[in-house]
Amino acid sequence: MADITQSGDVFSATPVRRRPRIKLRHIGDHAILVAGALLMVFPIVLVLMTTSFEDADIVKNGLQFGFEGQMLENFEAAMFEASGFTKTITGTRMLMNSMILGLGFAIGKIVISMMAAYAIVYFRLRFATFAFWIIFTTLLLPLEVRILPSYEAIQSMGLANTYTGLIVPLIASATGTFFFRQFFRSIPEELVEAARIDGAGPVKFFIDILVPLSRTMIAAIFIIMFVYGWNQYLWPTLITTDEGMFTLVRGIKQIVQVLSQTGAMIPEYGKALALSLIAMIPPVLIVIFFQSWFVKGLTESDK
Amino acid sequence: MKRAGFTTVWLPVALLLPQLMIIAIFFYWPAAWAVQSSFYLQDPFGFGSTFVGLENYTDLMTNVEYAKVARFTVIYTVLVTFFSLALALLLAVKADTVIRGAKSYRTLLMWVYAIAPPVAGFMGLMFFDQRNGPLTEMFQAFGWEFRLGADFNSTATAMVIVAVWKQIPVNFIFFLSGLQSIPKAVREAALIDNRSATGRFWDVTFPLLAPTAFFLLIINITYALFDTFGIVDTLVRSEPGNNPVTLVYKVFVDGFRGNDLGGSSAQSVILMILVLVLTVFQFRLIERRIHYT
Repeated sequence: MADITQSGDVFSATPVRRRPRIKLRHIGDHAILVAGALLMVFPIVLVLMTTSFEDADIVKNGLQFGFEGQMLENFEAAMFEASGFTKTITGTRMLMNSMILGLGFAIGKIVISMMAAYAIVYFRLRFATFAFWIIFTTLLLPLEVRILPSYEAIQSMGLANTYTGLIVPLIASATGTFFFRQFFRSIPEELVEAARIDGAGPVKFFIDILVPLSRTMIAAIFIIMFVYGWNQYLWPTLITTDEGMFTLVRGIKQIVQVLSQTGAMIPEYGKALALSLIAMIPPVLIVIFFQSWFVKGLTESDK
Repeated sequence: MKRAGFTTVWLPVALLLPQLMIIAIFFYWPAAWAVQSSFYLQDPFGFGSTFVGLENYTDLMTNVEYAKVARFTVIYTVLVTFFSLALALLLAVKADTVIRGAKSYRTLLMWVYAIAPPVAGFMGLMFFDQRNGPLTEMFQAFGWEFRLGADFNSTATAMVIVAVWKQIPVNFIFFLSGLQSIPKAVREAALIDNRSATGRFWDVTFPLLAPTAFFLLIINITYALFDTFGIVDTLVRSEPGNNPVTLVYKVFVDGFRGNDLGGSSAQSVILMILVLVLTVFQFRLIERRIHYT
């Protein structure tokens, strides 16, 4: 008897029914999830609201709940008003630099690591395993650990304050190569055999078959890499001293320093908060809109 | 390597060359340079250096300041890892049970992933502002004289809170995908055996999630050690002073501000060894993970 009632419970728990109703015992679950969502969203909402206040107000009262009329002005100032010590850097300029860093890093990384992974997986190369291990070892040491010598290397090559110096050293890690290697290995052997029988050479096979086949993987890894590149802080801080080269995230350091100075002027809090929001908008939008690819890229590349 | 691979020789070499060159210049050379200069004492004015053997290392081991930073880093890492894993697990379990609104919850809980650590740190500065930060006021309401940047424990607390907030999404995503990969048959069998949801969670779900949790443990330790640099730097306003800092931050401060090349390099090497140990550990776990699933 008890067994029958329990198995009835089993069937009602499976999500086969078309219209699930919120059950009483699910209210607690929803309460926890709503609290979690608020924890994640509310801080940003509060910052956004505060950008609608005047600087003097923010200085006096800190973060504000409510709406005033200053939002447009603050965002406009953040985007177009020149700031910094040399008055050469605007939000637009930083946005462009961030884009160059994010896109350059993501594309560079994907191109270079796909090429390397293709060479390792699809060619009978004597030193393929050795090359793989050389590349693979780089997974072990994050840039933060070897930051000083990397900086010296860039300095001695005269690449400080250049996009090359900003992007290329960040590419020197194997995450992408490892990811594409795993993916290529999962592609059936018959594919390359068929291609060879049809007379396709290695270049044709790569461009006409393998790259189109990897589209989803490329999209997934692109999102992860773009966000990673965009959010870089330590390396841009060291390598860009010229304000015209600042990225938005690098600019945060400047903002903190300027706001910490006690001067006669009222610190431009509204503008600073607006800039910090601008710095998060592009990666956040990408993550939200391409959510399924993003989750795929994250859970499959981080192994 | 595929059995039916191509036999051309020049092409794979050309394909590998860019990656190998970048790695040689920006990875192996700097790493070797760090190891080498950790055995030298640099003249502060840049006139050459003298070989001092292990002196930089022994200096570090007896340095009170370094011990303090190391101790803080350990506590910080444990707290960040524990709280971000625990909160994310709770949310993932709940997001896995509810049917209605599951997608919206998922989006709302994961998007903070895209926010850069220093941006989160800057927001933290506003929330923990000494005069009018909402969280400062909350702590003061509980009778705690919370002073960010002036009081060690206050700054440490702010760092932990911001770092946990920033890390919850990653853990949430991994836990949720781990939960969703548990076969339905297993869940239904568990449902028959055990009526209490809590009992089912600890007896069935949690052991099945263990591989994911182990893997996340390493990810979180690495995050707390290295990726929170931006949070630390913004919350201390780039002025370490008496504030708590992590080991990576100290490498940076000693190397770039203190001009102590040898000492900073020795610290780098110690961190390298730490990462190596963690990674070896991680790969052993991944091997076990494959056996599980």
